Amino acid sequence: MSAGTGEDAVLFRGVSKSYGRLLALDAIDLRIPRGESVAILGPNGAGKTTALSLLLGLRRASAGAISVLGGDPRARSVRARIGAMLQSSGLPEYLRVDEALELFRSYYPAPLPIDELLSLAGLDDIAGSRIARLSGGQVQRLYFALALCGDPELLVLDEPTVGLDVEARRSLLATIAAIAERGRTVLMSTHYLEEADAIADRIVVIDRGRIIADGSPRDVKAGVARKRMSFRTRSPLDDARFARDGERYDALTESPESLLRDLFARGIEIDDLTVTGATLEEAFVALTSGEHRHVA
Amino acid sequence: MSLEIAPFIPMLRAQSKVEFLRLLRNPWFSVATIAFPIMFYAFFGLSQAHMPYMNATVGLYLFASFSAYAVTSISLFSFGASVAAERGSGATRLMRAAPLRPLAYFAGKFIASMAFGGLAILLLALFARVAGGVDVSWPVLAMLLVRLLLGSLPFVALGFAVGYLAGFNAAIAVLNLITLPLSFASGLFVPLDQLPQFVQSIGPYLPTYHFGELAWGAVGATSEPWPRAALWLVGYCALFTWIAVRAYYREERKEFS
Repeated sequence: MSAGTGEDAVLFRGVSKSYGRLLALDAIDLRIPRGESVAILGPNGAGKTTALSLLLGLRRASAGAISVLGGDPRARSVRARIGAMLQSSGLPEYLRVDEALELFRSYYPAPLPIDELLSLAGLDDIAGSRIARLSGGQVQRLYFALALCGDPELLVLDEPTVGLDVEARRSLLATIAAIAERGRTVLMSTHYLEEADAIADRIVVIDRGRIIADGSPRDVKAGVARKRMSFRTRSPLDDARFARDGERYDALTESPESLLRDLFARGIEIDDLTVTGATLEEAFVALTSGEHRHVA
Repeated sequence: MSLEIAPFIPMLRAQSKVEFLRLLRNPWFSVATIAFPIMFYAFFGLSQAHMPYMNATVGLYLFASFSAYAVTSISLFSFGASVAAERGSGATRLMRAAPLRPLAYFAGKFIASMAFGGLAILLLALFARVAGGVDVSWPVLAMLLVRLLLGSLPFVALGFAVGYLAGFNAAIAVLNLITLPLSFASGLFVPLDQLPQFVQSIGPYLPTYHFGELAWGAVGATSEPWPRAALWLVGYCALFTWIAVRAYYREERKEFS
């Protein structure tokens, strides 16, 4: 049997993927050991879905080698050990929740009992409801339960919280985190840093088809979670941390509080202060414009 | 040692059940494929049910005609509309990421469609008997079921082709444009010899006409030997399968490579 214990959950070596002339993934190397929970973070169009599609055997790499759970993800025996939640995948709306679960359970050699699936995904109360009548959050929970049907060793979730309201998002993330804690390998894509932070031991940041950061949530956050601080002062300020434009000074910092403390300690009067969070997009620009960065 | 992939039979059973529920729970589909043939039969068949027609009666002849029409539309719509819907909703991707066996997927649709076709024929037979006093004997009914269910394969293939080539809304329109004119021009609604001359000259080249011949032969209402009709249907089946396979690979190249 191919289910050894030593091999990696995911191994990408020099993987590229192009759609015609568009290069979606550019020579990606990625190794995910078993049991790790990893978030793939990146803006829209960064290549997240492409990477996951290759990993699930839904698409073929243009170059490089992909191994998932020690095998080729196009092999049915490998897919039987993976659970997937995809973006924009539809379900037969005429089915009831329990009927859809029964169907997907039949695809796997050792499926989880249906009661366990219902309670894991928090679907107990709506087991008999038609899919057409579910709310957005309930549909995402059902997709999640379908991904769990085969008791997968590797769980792949492509932007699972898209379109959910705050409450539904929080509750789905809590459920995913609980699964990750059971020692399963979880790989989730998202474009929200907070989500990646909530779920993952490790964050891989992708932008324009390349990995631009890879490390623990703390390290990656330190690299991207900057604040933009801006104020005016009449006191001449000669400080390399600030960009000056007349009386206006600007800084990108991880800790505006300590900068301010410092300024006040020096007796500098400021007004018209604004502190804004750098958006993830800005943070990515900051990352990409610098050196190719590994914060591990 | 545990299994690496799921056993086939339970997967096929689950897949067939879901496909059958798809047809059953779509009221539009149930009405169009079960109620319409019964309604048409009530309009055209009941009044002269006991008049002789070749070695049968008009009642039996039209029972065979509308059975053929029912199975044609069920085969075309159950495959064409479901494949187009699955492509449109992205369900195809989810099923491909799961270890579903393609054979279970295709066979599940076929079994469900046959079960629905069988149901439509049985209900029509019941109606013919109760409302028209038309006695369909069990051997005749069995022969008709076997012929129509096997003979439906060209329509299954054509349904697939449409499902892979067209979007959902277009698929429904195209399937209607195929089913109704073809059935009409093949004499499934009104006997061919009562139709306009140019239709009479086209009819014998249509797949639905030969499908009708299989049905009429089962009740003794045609002089054409069944192997001739079967041969025509094999030819059409090969043609439609070729189109469906090409459409399938076109989709593969676009979405999954």
